[in-house]
Amino acid sequence: MMFDTALTTNDLIFLAKGAGMTLIVTGISVFFGTILGIVFGVFRYQVGPWWAAPLTFVLDIFRSIPLLIQLVLANAFVTTIIGWRISGFTVACGVLSLYTAAYCAEIVRGGIESVPQTLRRAARSLGMTWGQDMTSIVLPLATRVALPSWIGLALGVMKDSALVFIVQVVELLKSTQILITRLQEPLFLLMICGLFYFLISFPIARFGGYLEKRWSND
Amino acid sequence: MIEIENVHKSFGNLKVLKGIDLTVAKGEVLTVIGGSGSGKSTLLTCINGLEPIDSGRILVDGIEVHAKSTDLNKLRQKIGIVFQQWNAFPHLTVLENVMLAQVKVLKRSKAQAEAEAAKQLNHVGLGDKLKVYPSRLSGGQQQRMAIARALAMSPDYMLFDEVTSALDPQLVGEVLDTLRMLASEGMTMICVTHEMKFAREVSDRVAFFHQGIMAEIAAPEQLFDAPKDPELQKFLAATH
Repeated sequence: MMFDTALTTNDLIFLAKGAGMTLIVTGISVFFGTILGIVFGVFRYQVGPWWAAPLTFVLDIFRSIPLLIQLVLANAFVTTIIGWRISGFTVACGVLSLYTAAYCAEIVRGGIESVPQTLRRAARSLGMTWGQDMTSIVLPLATRVALPSWIGLALGVMKDSALVFIVQVVELLKSTQILITRLQEPLFLLMICGLFYFLISFPIARFGGYLEKRWSND
Repeated sequence: MIEIENVHKSFGNLKVLKGIDLTVAKGEVLTVIGGSGSGKSTLLTCINGLEPIDSGRILVDGIEVHAKSTDLNKLRQKIGIVFQQWNAFPHLTVLENVMLAQVKVLKRSKAQAEAEAAKQLNHVGLGDKLKVYPSRLSGGQQQRMAIARALAMSPDYMLFDEVTSALDPQLVGEVLDTLRMLASEGMTMICVTHEMKFAREVSDRVAFFHQGIMAEIAAPEQLFDAPKDPELQKFLAATH
């Protein structure tokens, strides 16, 4: 080591495992959250603001209550009130997925609204069905518009996932805290922790940049 | 044959079509002229079922367009429509624009669709633009691409809704030339247009719409040179 630290290789592996947990929780939540978000977003666009009001209200709840509170309440509700024996990991993924979906629905709706009606009319006038118009015209064009916001959401969810320690999931930040308690080297450990977060985020951000560039030819 | 029988249509309180009766025979070129708000564009979108109608009926080859049992997606394959705004799909190349509906709707193979797309694009003079994206095309070229896209579906009828109105003046000619070519090939066409010279040249009949009513319909020489309807006389005086 370049300078004096009690950090061992095993500790680094412990941190890497925490980073892996962060990655898994984020991956699952963004995956299911995006699918749900697309369904909710398309639904909201399709039925109009009036009929979508109940769904909008529920999504607003998920967007406005701090994630930490959602996690604690959901955990308490599911494990003690309903009495399901499910792990903190499952609760964490469930809550984060809905949290992601709530934001994603808005991004999807905005993306769909950006596709001109006249273009959709042209597609339908060629005999394409609603579904064909949706998959071949609307979603590809909406994706281009929505991508930057969606990347922002994915990175945000990854950092917010640090809060799932509250339901006993040991992810990157919690692993760091455990080591800090033992080694008493908070600044050094937080730097390493930040480095791990950066290593996860950077490729996602770059991939988004790459797609934006590739799609800008049209 | 397109048969329009006593069609009424309103948007809210605004009556746009007030009892239109019109028959367009196979191979006929009909142009529709009239001021804005006369209902002429609305009629086109009613013919291919993009807009519902309030009463009356429209038959295309004997199939009632607005009947509940009619498969509109299938019917629209017979009826090509090109709009004022050319509506290129911006994420697809020119070739892919023309292939998409062939593959999705007509279930043609990619190779078949590509061959047909290339043929139609050559036909409208875009044979050298197959691989470029629409944003690289001029308005006139995009509009010709939209025409090729509709033609690639092998329609029996073509509807043109003011297809030159959004174009720069110097680009109007190339699009009108394409329409002339189609007319000379025997395509059944209904063209809503403000191009009087073009209407006189290509049409078998010209219809004049005024405030939701078809005020006059006649052969072009008769309609332009000896208009009977006073509103038509005013309209022609104003546009000449």
